[in-house]
Amino acid sequence: MNPITPIINGMKITLKHMFMKPVTLQYPTERPKVSERFRGLHGLKVAHSKAKCVACYLCPTVCPAKCITVEAGEDANHDKYASVYEIDMLRCIFCGYCVEACPVDALKMTGEFELANYTRQDFIYSKERLLEK
Amino acid sequence: MGIEILGLPMMYYIAMVAKVLVAFVFVLLTVAYATYAERKIIGHMQVRLGPMRTGWHGLLQPIADGVKLFFKEEIIPSQASTFAFLVAPLIALVPAFITFAVIPFGGTIEIAGYKIPLQIAAYYDTAAGQVYDVNVGVLYILAMSSLGVYGIVLAGWASNSKYSLMGGLRASAQMISYELSAGLSLVAVFMLSGTLSLSKIVEFQSGLGGFEWYLFKQPLAAFMFFICSLAEINRTPFDLPEAETELVSGFCTEYSSMKYAMFFMAEYANMVTVCALTTTIFLGGWNGPLTSAIPLLGPVYFIAKVYFLMFVCMWIRATLPRYRYDQLMHLGWKVFIPVALVNIVVTGIIGYFI
Repeated sequence: MNPITPIINGMKITLKHMFMKPVTLQYPTERPKVSERFRGLHGLKVAHSKAKCVACYLCPTVCPAKCITVEAGEDANHDKYASVYEIDMLRCIFCGYCVEACPVDALKMTGEFELANYTRQDFIYSKERLLEK
Repeated sequence: MGIEILGLPMMYYIAMVAKVLVAFVFVLLTVAYATYAERKIIGHMQVRLGPMRTGWHGLLQPIADGVKLFFKEEIIPSQASTFAFLVAPLIALVPAFITFAVIPFGGTIEIAGYKIPLQIAAYYDTAAGQVYDVNVGVLYILAMSSLGVYGIVLAGWASNSKYSLMGGLRASAQMISYELSAGLSLVAVFMLSGTLSLSKIVEFQSGLGGFEWYLFKQPLAAFMFFICSLAEINRTPFDLPEAETELVSGFCTEYSSMKYAMFFMAEYANMVTVCALTTTIFLGGWNGPLTSAIPLLGPVYFIAKVYFLMFVCMWIRATLPRYRYDQLMHLGWKVFIPVALVNIVVTGIIGYFI
C-alpha cells in the first residue's frame, strides 16, 4: 500500500484537532461540575435541627466494606438516635448501598470529592463532620 | 573609517561581533521557546492546553525549566569515563550552534555607509563591490552535522551503561545512513545552482518576485532532504537513539542537570539549523516580495519560513509514532538513497537538454 496517504491523513487529523477547544480543566482554579447523583462524601441529613438517623444499623449491615460504625443511644424523648456515627473513608468504596438501604432517608452522598488528608485518623469522619451544613 | 586592522576596516569587526551576538542570542531564544512552542502545539493537537501555569499561558516555562535543570544535582556515574562524559554534551552542542555561521538570514544592509551582508561568515568587499562568503557553505554544514554524532556516541559510550551505549550506537548508525541520502538530495540542487555557497544559492532563488524556489524545481529532493534531516537530528518519528520505551532515555540516560539540558538544547538547536538550512536551500532563504525595497523584510521572511518549518517538525512529531529500527534502515538505504540517485540522474538528463 502507498505509505504516504496514511501519513497525510494523520497530519490532517492532528491539524484539525489543533483548532478544537481543549478539554483540559484547569483544576484548582476551574472546578469540575459533578453530576447530581455523584457518589462523593456522605452527608447525614438534618430535620428539626438534628440528624434524621434512627440508628437502625441497616447501613453498617449492608456496607460491603464494613466502614460504618453506628452506636445507638436514647435521647430525652426516649427516641433512638445514633450517638456514634463514623465512616472510615479509607475503607469506603463509595458504592452508595448505605444510602439505598436507609429506611428513613437520613443519609445521602454529596458532590464532595477532595478527601485527601494527612493522617489516618483524619479519614475517619465522625458524626459532626458528616452532618449536612 | 581610518582605522584598519589586518587590512579590514574597523566597521568590519564591529559588524561581525554584532552579527554573531544577534544571531547567537536569537538562536538561543528560539531554542528556548521552541521547547515551549512544541509543548503548546502538541498539547493543542491532542486537545490539551500545554503549559499554563508559569506566567501568562505558561510563557515563562522555558525559563522555569532552565532554572530547575541548573539547580539539579550533577551526577557523574562512578564507572563512567569522566573526561569523555563531561566533554560529550559540549561536542553535541557546539556544532549545533556554529552551523549557523554560514546561513544567510537577510540581504545586504547599509549602516553608516558600510554595507553589511546579513550572514555571519560573509563580508562585503567595497573594492570588488560584491559579497564574499564561505564558498563551500553546504559542505561546512554537512561536516558540522556529522560532528554532532560524536557528541552522542561519546555520551553513550562514556556513560558506561547498556542503555546509553545502545542509544549511542543507534544514533551513529542512523545519522551516518541518513547523511548519505541528505547529501545526495542536495547534489541535485547543486547541479542546478552550480555553487556550494549558500548566499549564491539564495540569490539564484530570487526570481519571480522572490518565489523562484528550488522547492518547485526539486520537490523530491526538498522532501527527502527535510525527512533525512529529521532523521539525522534524531527527531520523532526517528528518535530511536532516545526511545523511551526501549532505552529509558538512550544516550542521555545517565546525564543530569545542565549537561542533560545541553543535549536538549543541542537537539532543538539542530532543529532550528535544519529548518534554516531547508529554508535557505529550498524555500528561497530570505527572499520574498519587496525585499529589495525594504532590506529588513529579508530576515522577517527568513524567520517566518524557519518557524513554519519548525511548526511542521512539531506537527510531524504530534502525528507519527516512532519507526521500528529495521523500518528506519529500510527507509534510509532502500528508499531514500536510490530515489536520490535517480533524482540526480533525471536532473542531469533534463539539465543536459535544457
